[in-house]
Amino acid sequence: MLSIRNIVKQYAGHTALSDVSLEVSGGQIFGLLGPNGAGKTSLIRIINQITAPDSGEIYFDGQKLNQSHIERIGYMPEERGLYKKMAIGEQIVYLARLKGLSHAEATKRIKYWFEKLQIQDWWDKKVEELSKGMQQKAQFVATVLHEPDLIILDEPFSGFDPVNAEIIKDEILELNRKGATILFSTHRMESVEELCNSIALIHKSHKILDGRVKDIRNSYRSNTFLIEYTGSKLQLNGLEAFTLINETVTEEGFSIRLQLKEGTTVNEVLQYLLPQVNITHLQEVIPSVNEIFIQNVNKIG
Amino acid sequence: MNKVLLIIQREYLSRVRKKAFLVTVFLVPVLLLAMYAVMFLIYKNSDELNTTRTVKVIDESGVFAGKLKSDKKIKFQNLNQPLTNAKKDLKKHEEDIVLFIPKAYGSPKAVQVLSEKKPNMSVSNAIERQLNDIATNNNMVAQGIDAEKLKNIRSDISISAKEVTESGDKESNTGALYIIGVACAIMIYLSLFIYGAQVMRGVIEEKTNRIIEVIVSSVKPFQLMLGKIIGVALVSLTQFILWILLSLAVSFIANKYFAAPQSPMLGFLEGLKNVPFGFIITCFLFYFLTGFLLYSALFAAVGSAVDSESETQQFMFPITMPLLFTYLISVTFLAQNPDSSLAFWLSVVPFTAPVAMMVRLPFDPPTWQLILSMCMMVIGFLFTTWVASRIYRVGILMYGKKASYSELVKWFFYKE
Repeated sequence: MLSIRNIVKQYAGHTALSDVSLEVSGGQIFGLLGPNGAGKTSLIRIINQITAPDSGEIYFDGQKLNQSHIERIGYMPEERGLYKKMAIGEQIVYLARLKGLSHAEATKRIKYWFEKLQIQDWWDKKVEELSKGMQQKAQFVATVLHEPDLIILDEPFSGFDPVNAEIIKDEILELNRKGATILFSTHRMESVEELCNSIALIHKSHKILDGRVKDIRNSYRSNTFLIEYTGSKLQLNGLEAFTLINETVTEEGFSIRLQLKEGTTVNEVLQYLLPQVNITHLQEVIPSVNEIFIQNVNKIG
Repeated sequence: MNKVLLIIQREYLSRVRKKAFLVTVFLVPVLLLAMYAVMFLIYKNSDELNTTRTVKVIDESGVFAGKLKSDKKIKFQNLNQPLTNAKKDLKKHEEDIVLFIPKAYGSPKAVQVLSEKKPNMSVSNAIERQLNDIATNNNMVAQGIDAEKLKNIRSDISISAKEVTESGDKESNTGALYIIGVACAIMIYLSLFIYGAQVMRGVIEEKTNRIIEVIVSSVKPFQLMLGKIIGVALVSLTQFILWILLSLAVSFIANKYFAAPQSPMLGFLEGLKNVPFGFIITCFLFYFLTGFLLYSALFAAVGSAVDSESETQQFMFPITMPLLFTYLISVTFLAQNPDSSLAFWLSVVPFTAPVAMMVRLPFDPPTWQLILSMCMMVIGFLFTTWVASRIYRVGILMYGKKASYSELVKWFFYKE
C-alpha cells in the first residue's frame, strides 16, 4: 500500500528524518510512534505531499507518489481547525470538493455521516457556535468523507474527550474493516496495543524499530512469569529451575515475579510449586509497547 | 486549476456575503447623494443671498453720490439725512444697509457700512470695489488724464489655458486635472492597503485557525495563495464596479431632481468634460489590479510569517514605505510637475507606479512611458508573487516560531 524508502529531510540546522524506510501493507492499522519532535509530523507531511523529501522515494500502491494520490488520502493533522465564520455543512462540502468530490455527492455523504454521528442539526451552524467536541466530529467527517484508501491521523485522540475519543475510535475501526488502511501517529502508547497491527518507532529522526505488534512484543519476551499464591511464604534455596526477581506481600497472600532458567518450562515450575502453596494467578510477563518504547529510547539516549 | 476556482469562489462569496461589504457598497453613493444635496442647498441659499439689498448712501464728501451703480444685488439710494437718523431707521428696515462716507474718506477705516444684519462678503466687497474705482478715477482726472482715455486704459484680463494638440487647441483646466490625478492616487493608495490587508488577514486567519494544513493536504500552497488573492481582487472589482454604476445612477437622478447648480463649481465641471474618463477608469482598474497583485502577494507572505496580526508590524514597514512615500510625493510634487524625471522614474518602478502614474495620467504622459510602466507592472507582480509564494509555502506550516528577516531568507531558499 505504502512503501517509504530511504527518506531524508533536513531543515536548516537540524535533521528531521534520516534514512527512514517503512512498509505499510494494505488493510493495516499502522502506528507511528515516537516522542515529541522525533520526526513523525515531518514524515506525515511528506506522505501528504505538503513538503518534499530531500532524498528518498515513496510508492503508493506500487506507483511513485504523485498529485493524483491526494484524492485517495484523508489527512487529519495534529494542528487542526476549521473556518470559524463559515457554516459547518458548507465548509465540509468545500473541503470535500477540494478532494475531488462533486457538490451533490459531498452533500449526500455529509448527510449520512451527520446522521450517524447525530450532528444533523448543525448544518447551518457556524463553527464558532459549536463545542470543541462537535468541531472535532465535524473535522473527522471532513477527513474521511471522500472515502480515502489511506487515512492518516496525526495524534488523533489529542484534544478529544473520552466519550468522543471512543466514538471516533469505533469509526476508525469500522473504516478499517471496510478496507481502509489507517496510519496514525501518537506519542501515547496506551492507544497503540488495542488498535494497531503494526508499529514503527521513530526517535531523533531515526527509525529504531518496526514490525507487527505481536512479533515485537514476542521478541521482547524474557521467560518471565507473575505468580500469585496464598498459604505460607515460599522458602527457596536457590537450586530451583527459576530465579526470583521480586516478591511482594499482597492483601490475599504473596505475589512473585520469576524468570525461568534455560531449558525449563512453566509446567515444571508449577509442579514444583503446587505441593507447597495454593496458586491463584499465573501470567506470562510480556513487556508492553510502552515499556519497549522507553527501553529503546533510553538505550539510544 | 479546478481547485483554484473553488478557492476563488469561497474567498469571494465569504466576503461578498458579509454585511460590511453591502454597507460600504451603498455608503459611497449615499455620500455622493448627500454631496449633491449640500451643493443644491448652497445653491438655493445663494439664491436667497442674491436678493437685492438697499444701500442708503450718506455722502458727506459729495464725491461718490450719483456715481455708484446699482445692480442685481445692490440698489444704491442717496439719503440726505444725518447719520443718527439713518441709524434709527435701520431698526425698522433690518435688510437695509447704510453706507456712511465722511469728508475725509481717504483715512483708514473712515468709510462705514452699518446694518442690523451683517452684510455678506460679496456685498461689502462690491461696495468697496466701486468706491475704489470711483476714487481712482477721480484721482486720475485730477492728475489731468482725460476721462475718455481712462476707459481705454482700463483692462479686464482673465486667463484661459489652452493645450496645443494636433487636433487643434484644446481647452484645459489644470485645476480639474490636478484634482482628478490626486483623487485617483488617493483611491489607489487606500484600496491597495485595504484589500492587501484583507489578504493578509485571511492568511493569518487560516494559520491561527489551523485549517491551513488540512487545505494544503488537498491543494498546493501556491494554489491557495493565488485563489485567495484573485478572490479578494474580484471582491474589490465588484465593489468598484458597483460604486461606478451606483454613482452614475445617483448623479443622473441628482441632476434631474436638483436643478443643475450654478456655482463656482461650474468652471470645474466644465473642465471635467474634456477629461477622457473611459481611459482613466480603464487605467485605474489596470493599475489597481496589477498593483494589488504585486502588493497582496507580499501581504500574504507577511501573513504567513506571523502568528497574529499584532506581529505584522516589523514586516509591514518596508512594504508600506514605498507606497506612502510615493503617495506623499505624488500629491505634492508630482501633480505639479507631471513631466519631471522623478515623475518618470516613479511611474516605471512597479512598487511606486500605481500611485505615481495615476497622478500623471490626466496630464497625458507619453504613450511609450505608459506602455513601459504597464509592462513593468506585469513583470513586477509576477516577480513578487514568485518570491512571496516561496516564503508563504514554508511560513504557513510554522507555528509558534517568531520569524526574523534572516529566517524569511532561509525559507525562500528551502527546497520544496
